[in-house]
Amino acid sequence: MGRYVARRLLQMIPVFIGSTLLVFAMMYALPGDPVRALAGEQTVDPAQIAQMKKDLGLDLPLWHQYLNYLGNLFQGDFGTQIASGRPVADIISDAFPITIRLALFAFTFTVLVGISIGIFAGLKADTLRDRGLLVLTLVLISIPSFVLGYLLQYFFAFQLGWVDPNVSTEAAPGELLLPAVVLGSLSLAYVARLTRTSVAENLRADYMRTAVAKGLPRRRVIGVHLMRNSLIPVVTFLGTDLGALLGGAVVTEGIFNVQGVGYAVFEALRHREGATVVGIVTLIVVVYLVASLIVDLLYAVLDPRIRYA
Amino acid sequence: MTIIDKTADVPAPRGSTENSGPLLDVRDLHVEFKTRDGVVKAVNGVNYSVAAGETLAVLGESGSGKSVTAQAIMGILDMPPGRIPQGEILFRGEDMLTMGYEERRKIRGQKIAMIFQDALSSLNPVLTVGYQLAEMFRVHQGLSKKDAKAKAIELMDRVRIPAAKERVNDYPHQFSGGMRQRIMIAMALALEPDLIIADEPTTALDVTVQAQVMDLLAELQREYNMGLILITHDLGVVADVADKIAVMYAGRIVETAPVHELYKRPAHPYTRGLLDSIPRLDQKGQELYAIKGLPPNLLKIPSGCAFNPRCPKAQDICRTDVPLLADVTEQDGGELPGRGSACHFWKEQIHG
Repeated sequence: MGRYVARRLLQMIPVFIGSTLLVFAMMYALPGDPVRALAGEQTVDPAQIAQMKKDLGLDLPLWHQYLNYLGNLFQGDFGTQIASGRPVADIISDAFPITIRLALFAFTFTVLVGISIGIFAGLKADTLRDRGLLVLTLVLISIPSFVLGYLLQYFFAFQLGWVDPNVSTEAAPGELLLPAVVLGSLSLAYVARLTRTSVAENLRADYMRTAVAKGLPRRRVIGVHLMRNSLIPVVTFLGTDLGALLGGAVVTEGIFNVQGVGYAVFEALRHREGATVVGIVTLIVVVYLVASLIVDLLYAVLDPRIRYA
Repeated sequence: MTIIDKTADVPAPRGSTENSGPLLDVRDLHVEFKTRDGVVKAVNGVNYSVAAGETLAVLGESGSGKSVTAQAIMGILDMPPGRIPQGEILFRGEDMLTMGYEERRKIRGQKIAMIFQDALSSLNPVLTVGYQLAEMFRVHQGLSKKDAKAKAIELMDRVRIPAAKERVNDYPHQFSGGMRQRIMIAMALALEPDLIIADEPTTALDVTVQAQVMDLLAELQREYNMGLILITHDLGVVADVADKIAVMYAGRIVETAPVHELYKRPAHPYTRGLLDSIPRLDQKGQELYAIKGLPPNLLKIPSGCAFNPRCPKAQDICRTDVPLLADVTEQDGGELPGRGSACHFWKEQIHG
C-alpha cells in the first residue's frame, strides 16, 4: 500500500512537468502579449515595449522562460501579474476558496440527488418511472451548461426574484446554490445513469438472491448487499468528477459572476497573463491527480478484491 | 454392547407443535414465466413432500424445472416475470404462497434455508464471510455484533474450516472452492433450520471435494434431523445420500421411488436413459449411451407425454394423452410404497 502511494506520487512529477510545459507553450503560441495589452489602445514607443519585455524576461526563448518559471515555482514563487502587479499566489488564494466552495456544493448536490435518482430508477428498471428519469437525465446531458445557466438565472432571478442574478464578491453559501445546481447538473445526470445501471445489474446477482434467501429484511438487502456493490463504479466516477468540477467552473462562474478560479483564468487569458494561467491550471491538475489517487485508494476499501502492492 | 458405542445426543425432533404430517408438502405447483416469445411453463404440476430427517433428491436435466421449484419454495423467484398460477406449498401444514411478505421472510433462513450452486457468486464479494455469517444471528436473533461474530467462528469450526478464528475476516475470494461451499453450508445451517434445499451443491467442485462436502452435509443433516431437498443431475451423489428420488422432466415429475429401487428397476424410459448414460468401467471401449434429441422447448411442450419425441418406446397414445403419475406395483399387484411413474407403459418398463 505504502509503496503504491509512493509510486503514484512519483508519477505525478512527470505529469506536473508535462502539463505546465504544455500550458506554457500554448500561452507562448497565442497571438498578442501582456505588455502590449497593458497599453491598450494607446500607441507606445516600440523601444519602450522592448525594454519592458527585456525587464520581464519575455524576450528570452521559450525554453529559457520555462526554466525561469519552474525555477521560481520551486522557490514558492508563482510569479507576478504584469498588469496589476499583484502576486499570482494572491490571486490564487483569493479565487480558489470560492471555487472550492462552489465545487463542493455542486458535488454534494450531484451525490445526493444523482445517487437517489439512480437507485430509484434502477430498482424498478424498465418501468415507466425508470424511463422517465432516464429521459430527464438525457435532457440534462444534452443541454449545454450555459443554456441551463441562463435559463435558471432568468427563471429564478429575473422572473421569480428568489435570488440575485449575480453572486457578490463574498460568495455567501446561499448565493452559490443556484450556480452549484447548474455546475453539478451534468455530473448529476451521469451519476444517476451510472448508479441506475449498476443497481439494475447487481439486482440480478447471485449474492442478492442469497441475501433474500437468508431472510434479511428488504432494507438490509438493498442498503447493505446491493449498495456496497453498486456504488463502486459510482465512487470512481465521482472522484475524477470532483477534479472536473473544480476546473470546469469557467462557464458557470462567468454566468453568475462568481469571482472564482474560472473567472480568474478567463481574465488572465484575456490579458495574456501567462504566469497566472499556468499557475492556476497546474494547481487544478494537481488537485485532479490527488483526487484520482484518493479514489483509487478508496476503490480498494470498497472492493476487497483489489489489492495494491 | 459397550458404553463406548453409546450414540451421541440426538436432538429431539423439533417443532413445538406435534405435527405428524410432512415438513414440506408441495401440491400441484405450477410456475410460468412471461417472456417476449410467450409463456414459458417451467413447472407443470409438481407434487412432492419431505419429512424431517428425510432426504429427497430431485433429479433432472438442465431446464427440467427442478431449480425453479426450489426457488418457488424459497420464495426467491423473480416475480414478475415469474408467476405461480396454481398450487400450494405447505410448510408444517401452512400454505406459504398465501402468507404475507414479512411472515414468509421469517421462514426464510430460520426454518428453510438454501445452499446455492456457485458459492463464489452466491456470496457477497465485498463483505467478509464472518459478516455474512454473523448477519444471520444479528437479523434473526438480534445478537450483538460481537456475539454474532463469535457464533460465526463457531459455525466455521462446525463445517471444519481450518483456522476459523483467523479466517473469519477474510473475503469469499480468499477461500478455495470447497471452503467456500462449506461457508455456504454454514450459512444455511446457522439457525438450524428444519429444511435445507441444496441446489446442486457440489456441481462446481472437483470430485474429491464433492465427496467431502456431501459427507459433511449428510452428517449435519443427521445431527440436526433436518429435511433435505437435494437438487442435482449427478446420479452418483444421489445414491449415497438420498432416501427417495423424484425425477423431473419438462416441469413434471415423471418418476418417484425410494433410492435403491430406482437404480434397480426404473419404471420410466427417461430414468432408464439417465441410468444408461452413466459411464461404467466394465463397459470400457463400448459406445456410451445417450438419450437422443434435446430437452423440450418449454414454450412449446410436446403434446401427450413430453418425453415422447425422445422416447425409444413411444406409441401413438404417448403423443396424445398426458400420462399421470400412477402408483407402481409389483407384477402380482403387491404394493411398492413410494413408487410412481408417469408413463403409459410403466408395467412393460419395470417388469418387461
